Parts: sequence; structure tokens; C-alpha cells
Amino acid sequence: MTFPSNGTSIERWTTSSRLALAAMAMALVILAVAPAFLGAGMIDRMTALFIYVILAAMWNALAGFGGLVSVGQQVFFGLGAYFTIRLADAGLNPFVALFVAAIVTGALSIPLSLFMLRLKGGEFAIGMWVVAELVHLLVNLDRLIQGETGTSLISLNVYDSTTRRATIYWLALIAMAALLGTLFILMRSRAGAAMQAIRDNEDAATSVGVRVIATKRLLFVLAAFGIAVAGGLWLATATTFQPKTYFSVQWTAYMIFMVLVGGIGKFEGAILGAILFFVIETFFGGTGVWYLIGLGATAVLFSLYLPHGLWGEIERRFGLQLLPVGYRLTLPDLLKDKR
Amino acid sequence: MINTLIQGILLGGYYAVIACGLSFMFSVMRIINLAHGSLAVAAAYGLWLLASKFGISPFAGLLIVLPVMAAFGWLLQRFVLERSARGGTLLPILTTFGLSIVIDNLLFEQFGADTRSLAPFIGNLSYASWQLPGHIFVGKLAVMMMATAIVILGGLQFFLSRFALGRAIRATAEDPDTAGLVGIDARRVNAMATAITMVTIGIAGAFLAMRATFSAYAGAPQLLFAFEAAVIGGAGSLWGTLAGGIVLGLAQSLGAQLHPQGFLIGGHVVFLLVVFLRLFRSGVPTFSKIRAFFLRSPA
Repeated sequence: MTFPSNGTSIERWTTSSRLALAAMAMALVILAVAPAFLGAGMIDRMTALFIYVILAAMWNALAGFGGLVSVGQQVFFGLGAYFTIRLADAGLNPFVALFVAAIVTGALSIPLSLFMLRLKGGEFAIGMWVVAELVHLLVNLDRLIQGETGTSLISLNVYDSTTRRATIYWLALIAMAALLGTLFILMRSRAGAAMQAIRDNEDAATSVGVRVIATKRLLFVLAAFGIAVAGGLWLATATTFQPKTYFSVQWTAYMIFMVLVGGIGKFEGAILGAILFFVIETFFGGTGVWYLIGLGATAVLFSLYLPHGLWGEIERRFGLQLLPVGYRLTLPDLLKDKR
Repeated sequence: MINTLIQGILLGGYYAVIACGLSFMFSVMRIINLAHGSLAVAAAYGLWLLASKFGISPFAGLLIVLPVMAAFGWLLQRFVLERSARGGTLLPILTTFGLSIVIDNLLFEQFGADTRSLAPFIGNLSYASWQLPGHIFVGKLAVMMMATAIVILGGLQFFLSRFALGRAIRATAEDPDTAGLVGIDARRVNAMATAITMVTIGIAGAFLAMRATFSAYAGAPQLLFAFEAAVIGGAGSLWGTLAGGIVLGLAQSLGAQLHPQGFLIGGHVVFLLVVFLRLFRSGVPTFSKIRAFFLRSPA
């Protein structure tokens, strides 16, 4: 497999993408100092936004780049929170526990990937859902959790609420930046080229020697880890752990909504989708059932009429590439094929 | 013990009924319909509404609900599934998942959080039983469900092999373009197949509501049961789906004997075991076998 790499990487960057990266760096700096100016309520909302971005980016990595649509990603969200509780109960600092829990969850996803990844399409999608249900039931058996009653992350109580709020905010910001950065670098690596080849045509990718299963496993484990981080962070903000809430398929529904609306398989799409979801939730979340009906209906309409999402539309209309991932940008004729 | 086994086997009848619609739709349109369970629950609410508001017996109610389901299936294929299936294999998963969220929450909006059942409207059928030797009681409803499962599965097989429309469905599933060359309208055929699927979903919904209680969010577990039964059975013959349902029913009944929470755990564990073993034996995804079951020409 030969790619015309040799110093062409510089050509991946356009003026708009340089500006976008600079803007993102600026945004991160502003977000990092923001807690000094924001009220408590705003800090909590922003933390939620970071968690949504993580969820969307991770589900997008799996479905958009790996072609693996899972309806059971809530299993990793729930496990991230569950292991955090378990480790904190064993005496680990809750903030440290959150990341160790994600590593444990990521490690568990490796043996799981061995056989789940051999399922195809809808079989994988619902198979993951079955796994999530099973894990939910097993977690309920744990004495510490007390079934659906759940338990809370008591060890967080040693921090006063201001410190706690700010720490969780920064952790969420760091986690989001790190996961997005990892994904971005990964997408521009050799594995990233493989991923995009799989996304575009799995059979063709196999035929040119892409190690499809290994690449998918990488995405599967990364998504498991990232979503577990999100679960742990959510637990840190909510402090209570009720299995039913954390293992709810609703989380996957949110991920699907964010990615579908933003643009599946687009790096920028997931971020855009998460921001949109956050805004919609802020304004309509209070309407409960109708809000969920609206989300479902919007997801259906997007999948039917705008399957590349809003970012796909923006990209097509304006030829915009903010965060270029992968090699296809060096080859203008291949770029045309994408359209 | 023998009692547990018999109850488990009979429970399999229900699972076979609900699984056959999922498998049939996959075999014809290659769509795994994630709104499958929600649609069954919607049918159950329809029957409940007719019975509680208008005093129509659930069995008579089926005469109204099943045609409505069939008509809805036609529209669903024409306006939603057809379009989403053109976008590849992943898009229908997303579309039908979104659809299930809409249906679940609309039902919740309309009917609230109370659990319902059709049991009060079918006389003593929900608990009536025959006594077998050795103090074993066999529920009349359970036997009825098993009989229905056999009739539906056998009927579908017979329909696909002996009727012109059945043959057209098989031809379209194999190769819509070639089928078109010999004058088969693929769009019409697929819409008919979805309508037929919806009739089986309606029957499954009726049984769900007669044998237990249901609520607006009961659709997801039904989808998982249907999926598990279909995958465990793996088809290959008329008995594949039925056997899958029975194995699932047995696993759940035995699981419940072992632990209070074991009912669902038993089913999920057996499902994963089957997937695990099958992958290492052949590596062939199950649903392709299910396609072969429904689409194979009769021996």
C-alpha cells in the first residue's frame, strides 16, 4: 500500500482549518479560565456539555468511522460509573477512581470485542443492547449497589461544593480535549487512513490489506474508554448511582441524535451535534415526553432526508474543512469522489 | 422440575410468535426493525383501548387491530423504510431506533405510566389450565400461543412457497432488479411483506397483553426477546424460530428457579453463549441463515 505521503501533510491544512484549530485552542483557553466568571449553575451546564461532546465523539468514532452502530453503548457509561463507585468504596480518591474505572472498562471491552465485532450490522447493534441489559442486571446483584435503589459517591463529600464543582469542570474539559485530540491524531495516523477506508467501503478496504478487525477493535476500545470517562464524570456531578439511570438506552439515543444531526462520520459533526443537543435540551428538556418524541422524530427525519447531517451539508455547500483528518485531502481528485 | 421445563417450552411459543415477524422482515427487506417491540406494544394498547372503552373482546378486537397494523405497515414501508434502506445497512437501524423512541413516548404521553393488561377482558383464559398427571398444570393460553406459533410459522412457509405473492416476495428478496424484469413491482411486494409482518406483530402484541401486564416502555424487552429467539434458533428449518423461542423460554424459566433476578439473566446468558459458540464454529452471522429459512424453496 503506497500513499503519496512525503511531506504532503502540510497541504492538508487550509487557511480555514488553520483558523479553526487556532479558534479551538483559543476556546479551550477561555473555557479553562471560565469558572472564575461563571455562576455555579453555568459551570454545571458547561460540564454537561463537555460530557455530551465526549459521548457524541466516541459514538461517532465507532459508528461513523468504524461502521459499527451500537445500541448498547450505555453499558460503558454505566460501567464507568459503577467501577468509580466500587473503586472509591475501596478507598481510592474519587477523581482518580473515575479514570481508573475508565481504564478497567476499556480493558473489559477487549475480550468483549473478540466476539461482538464478528456480528454484522443490526446483529451487532442489538447484540450490544443485550450485553448492556445483562451487565445492568449483574450490577444490580452487587450488594454495594443495593439493586435499583442505587448508592452514592459518598467520598466526594470531603470536598466543599465550590472546589468539587470546579474540579469536575476542569476534569471534564481536560477529558474532552484529550479524547478529541487523541481521536484527531488517530484519524490522521495510519490507523486513521484504515478507519476511513473501512467507513467508505469495508470490502474494498479488506481487499487492499486493511486489517479491518484490528482497526475496529481499536475504535471499539477507545469508544468504551471514552464513554466510561463520561459515565464517571456524570456520576461525579450527580453523585448518586442508580443502575436504571446509567444503563438506560436513553444515553445511546442521545448519542445517536447528536451524531445523526451533526453529521455521522464527520469529526466536526459530532461536536456540532453535541452543542445543538445541549441547546435543545436547555430549552426543551423540561417538556419531558414531548422533548423525547421530538428527538426521536428529528433523528428519523435526518436519517431519511439529511443522512450526512448538518455538517455534511455545510461541508458540501461551502467546501469547508475545519479539522482535516486523514490523507484524502492531499488528493484533490479523491476528494471529489467523496461528494 | 418437569413443571419448569413444560412452562419454559410453552413460553417459547410466545417468543416464536414475536420472533417470526422480526426474522421475516429481515429475510425479505434485510432490515432489522428496532421498532419491532414498540409496534407490538402499540397493538396491545389498541386492543386494550377497544376492550376497555368499547367493550370489544380482544379476540374480536384483533379483527380491527390487525388490518390497521397491516395498513400501517404498508405506509411504514412506503414512506420510511424504503427510503432508509436505500442509504445502506446502517441507516435503517438508526431510523427504526428513532421510530421506536417516538412510538414509546407517544404511548407514554397518551396512556401514562400505569401498567395495563388484557387479562380482565378474556374471562378466565389468562389463568385457566388443564391438569396433567403428576400435579402439572398447563395454561390454556400458553397452549394457544404455542399452537398459534406453529400455525403462523407453518402458514408463512406455505404462503411463501405456494402463493403467487409469496413467490414474488422471495424473488424480490433475492434480486429486486431481475424480479422487476419479469413484471414484479418490488415496491408493492415489499409493502405487502411489511403488512404481513405487522399482522404477526399485532398477534404477538395481543399475547403479550393477555399473558402479562405491559406499559409504554415495554417495547424494548420485547425486541430483545424476539432478537434472542431468532438468533438462538438460527432457523434452517420451520422449527428453527420455534426452537429458538423454546430455548429462550427454557433458559428464562430455569434462570428464575436459580435466582429471583435469574429470569432475564438466564435468557441473555444463553443468547451470548449461542453467539459465542456459533461464531467460533462457523463465523457466519445468524441472520443470513434466517434468510435462507424463509426464502428457500420447499423441498
